[in-house]
Parts: sequence; C-alpha cells; structure tokens
Amino acid sequence: MAVIKVMDQEGIRRAVLRMAHEILEKNKGVDRLAFVGIRTRGVILAQRLKNAIKDIEGVDLPSGILDITLYRDDLTLVGSKPLVRETLIDFDITDMKIILVDDVFYTGRTIRAALNALVDFGRPSTIQLAVLVDRGHRELPIRADFVGKNIPTSKDQDVQVIFGESDGKIDEVIVEG
Amino acid sequence: MAWKHKHLLGLEELSREDIELILETAKSFKEVSSRDIKKVPALRGKTVVTLFFEASTRTRISFELAAKRLSADTLNIAVNVSSTSKGETLLDTARNIEAMNVDAMVVRHSSSGSVLLLAEGLKCSVVNAGDGCREHPTQALLDMFTLQEKFGRIEGLKVGIIGDILHSRVARSNIWGLTKLGAKVTVCGPATLMPRGIEALGVDVCYDLKKVLKQSDAVIALRLQKERQQDRFLPSMREYSRLFGINQAKLSEGSDHLIVMHPGPTNRGVELSADVADGKQSVILDQVTNGVAVRMAVLYLVLGTKT
Repeated sequence: MAVIKVMDQEGIRRAVLRMAHEILEKNKGVDRLAFVGIRTRGVILAQRLKNAIKDIEGVDLPSGILDITLYRDDLTLVGSKPLVRETLIDFDITDMKIILVDDVFYTGRTIRAALNALVDFGRPSTIQLAVLVDRGHRELPIRADFVGKNIPTSKDQDVQVIFGESDGKIDEVIVEG
Repeated sequence: MAWKHKHLLGLEELSREDIELILETAKSFKEVSSRDIKKVPALRGKTVVTLFFEASTRTRISFELAAKRLSADTLNIAVNVSSTSKGETLLDTARNIEAMNVDAMVVRHSSSGSVLLLAEGLKCSVVNAGDGCREHPTQALLDMFTLQEKFGRIEGLKVGIIGDILHSRVARSNIWGLTKLGAKVTVCGPATLMPRGIEALGVDVCYDLKKVLKQSDAVIALRLQKERQQDRFLPSMREYSRLFGINQAKLSEGSDHLIVMHPGPTNRGVELSADVADGKQSVILDQVTNGVAVRMAVLYLVLGTKT
C-alpha cells in the first residue's frame, strides 16, 4: 500500500496562516467572530487558527468544541454505538459569525450533522466552513469557505491528518492506498 | 471500548469498563439537558415503552424525559389500567406491546428476576427500572455519577449504605457497582434488615451509624420500604429513626466533606431529618438531575446494539 505525504509541517503552518488571513479578510476583521471545532482534529485546527488570528490582530476569539456523534445519520446502521463525548460551547452563538472547523472534508455528512447540532445552540448570523484538506466526493450540497489544500483522491484511498497535539508526532497529511 | 449489551438488567453482569463507559457517556448527555434546546436526534424513530407494575414517579418521569430528549417516542403503561389486571401474564402483556414494534421496554416489577424473564422472552431491549429486591441499576449508576462528579473519582471512596439492606434493590445495585469501581462499601442497618452473608459481596457490615458517618466520604440513606415491612422487622418507626435516622447532630460528627444521598422518595423524619435532607451536605436533587443524563446514556447504548 502506497503512502504519499501531501503536506509537511511547514506546508500545514503556511496553509493555516493563509486561512487565518482569508478569514479576517472575508469577515472584515474579528467582530463577532468565533470558532467551533469538530472533534477531534477540527478542535486542534480551530485552536491553531485562533492562535494565528491572535498573533495577527491581537484578539483572542472565543472557541468551542462540537461532538457530532448524536447527530450522525448512520447511527441506526452502525453495529455498536460510537462513543459520545462532550460538546463544549460556553458562549452564546446567536448573532455570531461562526467558523466551523474540521480537518478533512469528504462526503459532507459530518458537516451536515455539525450544522444541525450548531443550530440547536442558537441562531448564528453566518456559519462558514474551514477545512485543512478537501478531498472531494461530496454526497451533499455543501462547500467549504476556507481550504488549506485541495487533494484529489479516489474513494478507496484514506486521507490522514496528523497533528502533534493529538498524535504525538510531527504534523503531516498523508494519503494511503 | 465498545458496548455489547442489548439489555440493562443489573450491574452484576456488567464489567468495570461497561460501567465506566455509561458514566462517561452520561457526561455528554448532562450537557444536552443544560441547553436551551434539550433535544438531540440520536434515537429518532425509536419507540420506548415504560411498563411499571409498581408505583413510581421519579424513575418513570426520568426515563420518559431521557427518551424524549433523545427524540424517541415514548409510551407509559401503568399496571392498574393494563390487561394484567384482567389476568394476563407478564410475558403476554409484554409480548403484545412488543408486537407493535417497540424498540425498548423499561420495566419495573415487584418480582425479583422478572426482567430476566422478559429479556429472554422478548426481541426488544429490556431496561430494568427495579425488579423486586434484586436490582435497580440506573439508580446505582446515577449515584455513582453523582459521586464521581462530587469527588472526581470513585476508586478508594468510602461509601456507607444505611437502612433496610434486606429489601433494597438500590443497595444491591450500588454494592455491585461501587465495589467493581474500587470503592469501599459499608452497609449499616438494623440486624433484622441485614441479609445474612452479605459480606460475601465484598462489603463491611456495621451496626453503629455514628461510626459509619465518621469514616465515610458519602452515605446513601435508603428509603424504609413500608410496603415491604408488614410490621415484623422493626419494633417501631421511632426506634428506627433514633438509631438509624440521620439528623444534623449525628451528621456534624462526620467529616466536613461527607455528602448525603437518598434515592427518594424520602420519609422525612425517618431516614433523614428535614434539616439534613435540605442541608448543604445533601445532594438529593443533584441525583435527580443526573438520573436523566444516566438514563439517556443507557437508552442510547442499549438501543444501538445488535447481537
């Protein structure tokens, strides 16, 4: 099985920095901006974007954690129930501009679940999507607003984002298969 | 760690990992109940029936709310209006309800082991909401959840269970659960209400309430089950209250961090004096809040498991 490294640590760092600038540019600053990361690696990417914006603008934006397990559309199909972990959004998202963050953007089903979960917490003025990798093969009409890298893949390949914080290894993005 | 059980009949048959998984899952569900919109779609389209052959308010409402907050449809059946009062057997009643494509049945019955009979005879999931003197697993789970929340751990905690141990399914489930999670359990009550050989379950027996209060991190006062007493176990309520009821004077001899729990409903002035039940050390209402989260976790886990 072939393993191809498509992004290295430096590449990821630059992509995150560019995305932070794009977020600021599109939203014309930091007013009412907040991050919500999807567990597990979306949370780390959200933290990095938040840090990057803090470096650029000197403002610490609110950030929350979303667990979408209970909103999955395949809950009744999977054999044993996936582990549910805590959702932690300790600010009111109503009228905020929410940047929803995930590591790999694939079928769009995770994002669909995340959107349903988010609106249960309030009514944001906008929800924008930031992802590190867009690998295509959408099954729902959803697109990303901020993309680190577009990586064309086939469906039987596996895309893995590795972050130091969660995996204890040097940052990289690899494609397997 | 994956959940493998289709039913929840008792804590006796669960492993330490199973119990920890329920408690961990319940944490997420507690957050759901604190939202403005207290509902997640996890069990959309599932039907949960509560079938209660014994009086209950708290447990039944708690299960019903738990199911509703997971988007399941719920139906409550009380025995006095059901066909069992016309002579139908327990299993027939349950099979008829199941024939309407029910996914889970939450059952309370006065006979120990009745839920095991149902679990064998039915295709849907069975959740025990109290069977006779045997087990009441969700009550013990919510007690453990509350302990974990207050102390950050269960391993090594000293827990006293006070009162009618003989008839108490809450005591049995708590003994199974707490000892599996590494707590040190002491049971305390009148000798007539203490089952012979209970030490075999890995607990200490003590007949001196003050001693138990002194050594414990938490005590669970059990409800004196007047419906099961028939006046032969106790000389009088007054004597019971004097020896085994917890009042502020007795409580103040224990440690400052001691918490008092009670599965409810409380006989005020018998197991607990009013100032203790409403006092700073009482976590009775936290237990009720946590009950919904724990029951959500249980329904979520058993309803997804294919065997």
